[in-house]
Amino acid sequence: MPDVPRDARAGAETAAAVCFGLSTLAAIALAVVYWRGGNTQAEGGLLAVVTGGIGVGIIVWAKEAMPQDEVTEERPSVASSEEEVEAFAADFEAGKEELGRRRLLFGLAASAFAAFGAALLFPIRSLGPRPGKGLKTTPYANAPIRVVTEEGKPVTPSDLSVDGVITVWPEGYVDAPDAPTLLIHYREDQDFRPRPGRDDWTVDDIVAYSKLCTHVGCPVGLYQASSGLLLCPCHQSTFAALDGAQPIFGPAARALPQLPLGLNDHGELIARGDFSGPVGPGFWDRDR
Amino acid sequence: MSVAAKAPLTRRVARWLDKRLGAADFARSALNKVFPDQWSFMLGELALYCFLILIVTGVYLTFFFHPSPTQVIYQGSYAPMRGVRVSEAYQSALDISFDVRAGLVMRQIHHWAALLFNAAIVVHLARVFFTGAFRRPREINWMIGVTLLILAVFNGFAGYSLLDDQLSGTGLRIAYSIALSIPVVGTWITSLLFGGEFPGADIIQRLYVIHILLLPALITVLLSAHLFLVVRHKHTQFAGPGREEFNVVGERMWPTYASKALGLFFLTAAVVCFLGGLVQINPIWVFGPFNPAEVSAASQPDWYMGWLDGALRIMPGWEIRAFGFEIPNPFFPGVLLATVTFVLLYLWPFLEARVTRDFAEHHIADRPRQRPVRTALGAATLSFYSVLFFGAASDVIASQFGLSVNAVLWTFRIAVFVLPPIVATFTYRLCKELCERDGVPIDSPVRFRDIGPRLLRRRESVV
Repeated sequence: MPDVPRDARAGAETAAAVCFGLSTLAAIALAVVYWRGGNTQAEGGLLAVVTGGIGVGIIVWAKEAMPQDEVTEERPSVASSEEEVEAFAADFEAGKEELGRRRLLFGLAASAFAAFGAALLFPIRSLGPRPGKGLKTTPYANAPIRVVTEEGKPVTPSDLSVDGVITVWPEGYVDAPDAPTLLIHYREDQDFRPRPGRDDWTVDDIVAYSKLCTHVGCPVGLYQASSGLLLCPCHQSTFAALDGAQPIFGPAARALPQLPLGLNDHGELIARGDFSGPVGPGFWDRDR
Repeated sequence: MSVAAKAPLTRRVARWLDKRLGAADFARSALNKVFPDQWSFMLGELALYCFLILIVTGVYLTFFFHPSPTQVIYQGSYAPMRGVRVSEAYQSALDISFDVRAGLVMRQIHHWAALLFNAAIVVHLARVFFTGAFRRPREINWMIGVTLLILAVFNGFAGYSLLDDQLSGTGLRIAYSIALSIPVVGTWITSLLFGGEFPGADIIQRLYVIHILLLPALITVLLSAHLFLVVRHKHTQFAGPGREEFNVVGERMWPTYASKALGLFFLTAAVVCFLGGLVQINPIWVFGPFNPAEVSAASQPDWYMGWLDGALRIMPGWEIRAFGFEIPNPFFPGVLLATVTFVLLYLWPFLEARVTRDFAEHHIADRPRQRPVRTALGAATLSFYSVLFFGAASDVIASQFGLSVNAVLWTFRIAVFVLPPIVATFTYRLCKELCERDGVPIDSPVRFRDIGPRLLRRRESVV
């Protein structure tokens, strides 16, 4: 074994000893800190000193004062010899032949296993309901229904300043995750172009769209009033609020569904029906 | 106690154990097992140590965390949040952070260790890739490693999604939408996983079981298999004096190598403890409880999900519609890209062997420069995923540098296709020049243009 020079060895051992000592002190300090009520920074810092002291100490010790001899070990090929593989295959086939002789029995056992496996899959069905119409409808299907703020207050057109945006829900469903709706009050001089058949879906220059991005369902939270653009902060899909909320940039491929707005006898905003289409992210049979 | 009195004790214990286990021979060969010592061979160890730290801190956290969506009014000691309606999950995460002594440091060490765990796996994978350490007989271990990466990514995501804060709720919603986009089965998968439509009543409870039981158990089993195979094959080594294909040259495990490994464990712990104590991570009290109607700008996932989020952003607004059916947009970056990524990773050892016609056993690690085509393809792949990764920060980049979001996004859309070939060409040239400078031969004379035909043609038909 090539010996480590004496001086280097002694120096390393001293350094390692200092590290271990430091680590012990830090561990005591850690206990005190915890005892005194704890402090995240001190705890983390002291833990780092405790573990770091041990780590550096051991490594210095190992590198400078432990045997560094390089040894060579044989590395036989991983594969077994041809005879061994042959012997295994022969033994296995002997057993297989035994099974093969009772063909019918083997087949029946196999089908019992398969049936058992299939039967085991059934309880998975209990994990959730059949995905049905729920994805395609929202509580607005109970229209006519008032739209209300998060606090449950009805909204009148005068509650929205020009260029203003608020988020509303169908009354009684402010917790419904598929129902958040944006009310946007565009300016009279902006070139609002209603989609065909939706001429009467706005009230006093207020238009309502689903707030859920048609990309992956993030709330489309940013409205740039000057350009009439809605921006999703998650993946930067951009929708033209003045043009049926058509996507004009980013990954979204569909317009935000629009909500037909109306007024009730008290001058409060109501939804006159459900959204123009399923809200939020797409799925394979959305249009069926 | 004298030294003479100590030695018999070791022997007494050894005898006692051996009479019951008969393991003396095995244990001795374990002590004398030879490990080649090279810094890049320690990257996998780092991942292992992070996993140990994750288990210790994770078990501690489970004692305090309540995976429940039940809404309660927060009354804990974090004043700004008092009186706010939050879920029990979120509340208990706040309690861990503010009311459980040493809770926050444990939580932050856990989170940092998870980030480092994934990072160590990725860097380890890159090391194995660039040194060709996936070739026969290590293909199965490579596939186990890829599986471990997938499990680690999923478990990281499941972990930070438990807290039911605004950021993780948004992430969960995106994951839901990606799963929903899978043709035919997407609606079923999401309904069964979430227990209904998003957000679903059961998801936190289920993610919790997945996060603390299912995935850690799977990781433990596969990690054991991974390590067993490392021992079985013995570690690869770089070429050098006396180092050949069928030997292994290095230090004995006992005592030097074992000490160094133990030391590395403690150094890993020191790094994550330092970060966990002094560098804030995932401050859920800043994000607030999850509200499905709100989202803040600059919502970035944990780093190892960045490439997927970037892919979601960079993808143009296309989707496929026919006969009333559709393949929604997120399917392509979210499902297809991820599938292709991991299938290619799984298949790489076999694809490479097919192209190089090299099916032999290899234990000498390649120097990346001597394998210019593989190195170039690897570097190009890394650049592709790096562009995606930075693409996930497109909004932050735009706002930090006062640029238009659209311009930044278009830059990424172009870069993701333009950069990889440039990186490949540059790396290829660099490798060749390094080989010339060192006077070493290029090991595999495969050229880029050979790849296609060799992939398609069977081995026999090549002269």
